[in-house]
Parts: sequence; structure tokens; C-alpha cells
Amino acid sequence: MSECIRLEYEVDGQNFASAGHASESVKRMLKQMGVPAQHVRRVAIAMYEGEINMVIHAHGGTAVAEIYPDRIDITLADHGPGIADIPLAMQAGYSTATENIRSLGFGAGMGLPNMKKYSDDMKIESQLGVGTTVKLRVDFGE
Amino acid sequence: MTIGEVVNLLDAEILCGEDRLDTEIHTACGSDMMSDVLAYVKDQSVLLTGLLNPQVVRTAEMMDMLCIVFVRGKRPEPAVIELAREKGIVLLCTQKRLFVACGILYTNGLGG
Ligand SMILES: Nc1ncnc2c1ncn2[C@@H]1O[C@H](COP(=O)(O)OP(=O)(O)OP(=O)(O)O)[C@@H](O)[C@H]1O
Ligand SMILES: [Mg+2]
Repeated sequence: MSECIRLEYEVDGQNFASAGHASESVKRMLKQMGVPAQHVRRVAIAMYEGEINMVIHAHGGTAVAEIYPDRIDITLADHGPGIADIPLAMQAGYSTATENIRSLGFGAGMGLPNMKKYSDDMKIESQLGVGTTVKLRVDFGE
Repeated sequence: MTIGEVVNLLDAEILCGEDRLDTEIHTACGSDMMSDVLAYVKDQSVLLTGLLNPQVVRTAEMMDMLCIVFVRGKRPEPAVIELAREKGIVLLCTQKRLFVACGILYTNGLGG
């Protein structure tokens, strides 16, 4: 057995109701593995924000979680419209969400800054018309 | 206070989690924006909201919350109640409005 547990999920972009399924599953796994609660919560919130983004902004995609004894690496990849200006998207309060998304309780422009806050490293690669990949790392130290 | 006391104070109906009314809670938050709950809430264990979709339960689950109170007499779909049951989250429903329900709990000692 290698030291890494790899979990992969399809994130269904057509189904708002099922969004969060991948994050939920990863959360359950980390809990079972005995990862300290504060880190489990950081992972859950950061990944959930990313998963919701894939559904509301990018028609879904794939979520991969690689769990190591000391950290988790999460890769969220979609083939959505891409992000034109990443530093702008990272600003708290910046959102292109429609009224419809807001009526569902999202679209405050807080997701990306929140993912940054709760992760130990975050990288966004995006190309207009091609898609977006967000990589998150959360360390289990201290 | 306990979740059971919340039920009494808000004259609430219990949609699921009847077996967990003894659970102690200390803080709550009220919001219809899950984005804000995810971004600003810290250790609150109760969420009061007027929103009914399944992401309310998922948001509460990610934040390790114990109880959700639906205000203004609104009831979620059975699938949402089922999801909360699976997650072990207590669901309550009160006729009171968000501001009033929050006010009652705050006056009775629940923190923000
Ligand atoms: N995967 C993505 N594909 C395309 N655009 C994205 C993606 N993720 C984020 N964005 C863009 O970046 C903006 C900011 O994202 P962020 O998650 O911070 O806020 P939001 O999703 O609009 O609202 P909130 O997260 O508070 O519900 C979004 O409004 C959208 O324009
Ligand atoms: Mg977002």
C-alpha cells in the first residue's frame, strides 16, 4: 500500500441539489482516519466552496482528493467558461452570480477568498473558454 | 441551553432528530446566505434560515452545526429532511420570522 489514498468524484453540473457530495465524502473519510477536527473542517469548507463554484459557474467537472498522512491535496477541474481576471475573482465580494444563484443562498463573492483562508496553499489555473483548475492543499500539522 | 429549550422558546415543530433534544448548544447564527455562513461563522451550532434547499443542510454539515431552524413556517422537501437525518442534524420549523426567532434565542442566553 502506498501512503496516499486517492478519491475521485464526478461533480454533476446539472444538479444543484447534489452539489457538496464529494466534499461530504472526503470529510467523512478524514474523520474516519482520525484527522483532527479543526483540519477536517478546513478541508470540508474549502472543498465545498470549490465544489459549489464548479456547479454554479462551470457546469461541473471532476474533484480529486489525495490524502497523505500529513496533508490533503485537492484538485477541482472543470471545463467551464474560465476566469478572466483571477486577482479580481479572488477579491472578497466580487461575484458574477445571477439573481437565481443568489436566491439559492450563494453568490456573495466570498468563496474563493474563503478557500484561500482555510487552505495552506491554493493555486488557480484558468483559460477562457477552456476551463479552470483549482488546487488546494491543507496540512494536518499542529 | 438545549435544543429542546429552543423547541419550546420558538414553539417549533421537530422535523427530525427528536432523539437529540438534550444536546447542549451555546451559539447560533441567522442568515439566508450560505456564502456568508461559510465565510463568517465560526463555532455556532445552530443555523436559523428562511432558505429551504439541500445546500442549507450541506453547509451546516461542513460547519459541524448541530441544528437548523427553518423560520416563517417554511418546511423543506422530504429529501432535505432525509439528508439531515443521515447527517445527524436536528431540523426544526417555527412560524416566527428570522429576526424574531433570533431575538428570542439571544434574549434567553444564546450567544452570537
Ligand atoms: N470554477 C469557476 N469557473 C468559472 N468562474 C469561476 C469559477 N469559480 C469562481 N469563478 C468566478 O469567480 C467569482 C468569485 O468566486 P467566489 O467563489 O469567490 O464567489 P461566488 O461563487 O460568486 O459567491 P460565493 O462563493 O460567495 O457563493 C465568481 O462569481 C465567478 O465569476
Ligand atoms: Mg463561490
